[in-house]
Amino acid sequence: MTQILVALRGVGKSFKNGTLALSGLDLDVKAGEFLTLLGPSGCGKSTILRLIAGLEKPTAGYIERPCPELISEVGFVFQEPTLMPWASVFDNVYLPLRLKKESRAKAKSRVEASLSLVGLSAFTKAYPRELSGGMRMRVSIARALVLKPALLLLDEPFAALDEITRFRLNDDLIRLKQELGTTVVFVTHSVYESVYLSTRIAVMAPRPGRIVKEITIPTDLPRNEAFRMSPAYGALCVEASKSLQAAMTQGAYGEEAR
Amino acid sequence: MISKSLTRYGPPVIVSLVALGAWEAIVRLADIPPYQLPAPSLIAVTLYVDRATLFASLLVTLKITFGALAIAVFGGALLAVLFARWTWVERSFLPFAVILQVTPIIAIAPLLLVWLDAGTAVLVCAFRVAFFPILANTGVGLASTNHNLVDLFRLHHASPWQELIFLRIPAALPYFMAGLRIGGGLALIGAIAAELAAGAAGQSAGLAFRIVEAGYRVNIPRMFAALALISLTGLTIFAVLSALSTLLLKRWHESAIDRET
Ligand SMILES: Nc1ncnc2c1ncn2[C@@H]1O[C@H](COP(=O)(O)OP(=O)(O)O)[C@@H](O)[C@H]1O
Ligand SMILES: [Mg+2]
Repeated sequence: MTQILVALRGVGKSFKNGTLALSGLDLDVKAGEFLTLLGPSGCGKSTILRLIAGLEKPTAGYIERPCPELISEVGFVFQEPTLMPWASVFDNVYLPLRLKKESRAKAKSRVEASLSLVGLSAFTKAYPRELSGGMRMRVSIARALVLKPALLLLDEPFAALDEITRFRLNDDLIRLKQELGTTVVFVTHSVYESVYLSTRIAVMAPRPGRIVKEITIPTDLPRNEAFRMSPAYGALCVEASKSLQAAMTQGAYGEEAR
Repeated sequence: MISKSLTRYGPPVIVSLVALGAWEAIVRLADIPPYQLPAPSLIAVTLYVDRATLFASLLVTLKITFGALAIAVFGGALLAVLFARWTWVERSFLPFAVILQVTPIIAIAPLLLVWLDAGTAVLVCAFRVAFFPILANTGVGLASTNHNLVDLFRLHHASPWQELIFLRIPAALPYFMAGLRIGGGLALIGAIAAELAAGAAGQSAGLAFRIVEAGYRVNIPRMFAALALISLTGLTIFAVLSALSTLLLKRWHESAIDRET
């Protein structure tokens, strides 16, 4: 039996302005998996991620963390790189360690290791504005990885990037996950990205946000260019697409009913 | 390098020289008497001849201006930080700050003169006008931090002080600098206005007093010389604070970045 890191049980979230973002949500985050939340925008994907991170509290249901010591460190990557523009690349990645009161000298090797994981060793002294969008995103990922978190949460991290950069970062992410053994929860609205990366996809429908289908992808499939060309990949994409289509029609009906 | 600074500073220098030349020419050609409008050359001569009096007064005005600005920077920034840290402090003290701001300086000056000696009263007036823009701008800066960065700090269990020092204060720096530039100019205006209201004489006679005095004596060239010193002082304050702002922000903030083109 795999260890459950975070369990959402009947979770609902409504905001002060009355928006019901999520309702009756059951979701387990299992150790070692690459879980993707796939759904149209506005269906509550970011909200789920923030709930998992503990940045928001559910307004219905509850969230369990059976082994909090396993996930004492959580890495979070936002849709935008969200770097501190006044700080160098090094200082941005150093931030989580600095907040733990670790000295710069002591943190140096870990910061540099994290930057080399994302291939940015040569840019420690650069400032965020001197980097391309893809490089900024990689700094953001290096910052999320610097504490070697057991759980990494990524909110549409590559949505704003061109396809070439996105493919490369997808491969980087798969490699990092394999190297570090991190559990990943990934948010996207791209069917192809979700199938390429995940071991499990949760397809979501909007208004109110809920999970309508789960697709499990065998872990042992290689994730590379060959996988992208394989019939298995094609079939999984068709399945995910159909679920997403169904989810969006459901959402539309739900909207009319209101 | 040389050609770059030439294209940058050339035009304003040339335009200023042309304007001064035109002024000189008009005064000479139209034979305007010095008690109506002195020529720039006469103003320059007056500046030189009366240098002992004028520069002593300039020093007085500068002391007041920078003293007031220093207190305003310290007080304004500190209060903004306290406001940002504890909302109850903001709720309790903001009304006082606003009252202080909206009451005209000329209306308060007589009261201050009753309570304080002339020098201190002038300092307080200059402080008062420089203070608010620094407080208000720094406050906006501290409050407009990127929300995702705030979340990131929370995620990593940052203490409120860590959030303030590593996040809110650096994010507020461009706003603080904008406030400082406004405050620097206002401190000078406040110092001059307060001195006019106080009519301070004797040892603490600043440039404003020299202007009033020159008016009584119908010494218009000296009046212009004092005015020129005030304008130059204001210009210098602005230039120095702008340079400081560029120096601090040039690596990262849009307002100070040297674009390639
Ligand atoms: N802070 C908030 N206040 C009010 N409504 C919000 C807030 N955050 C999100 N929402 C609403 O909740 C719903 C889900 O948002 P979100 O989780 O951001 O969706 P997604 O990430 O899937 O695009 C949306 O309708 C959005 O408008
Ligand atoms: Mg979102």
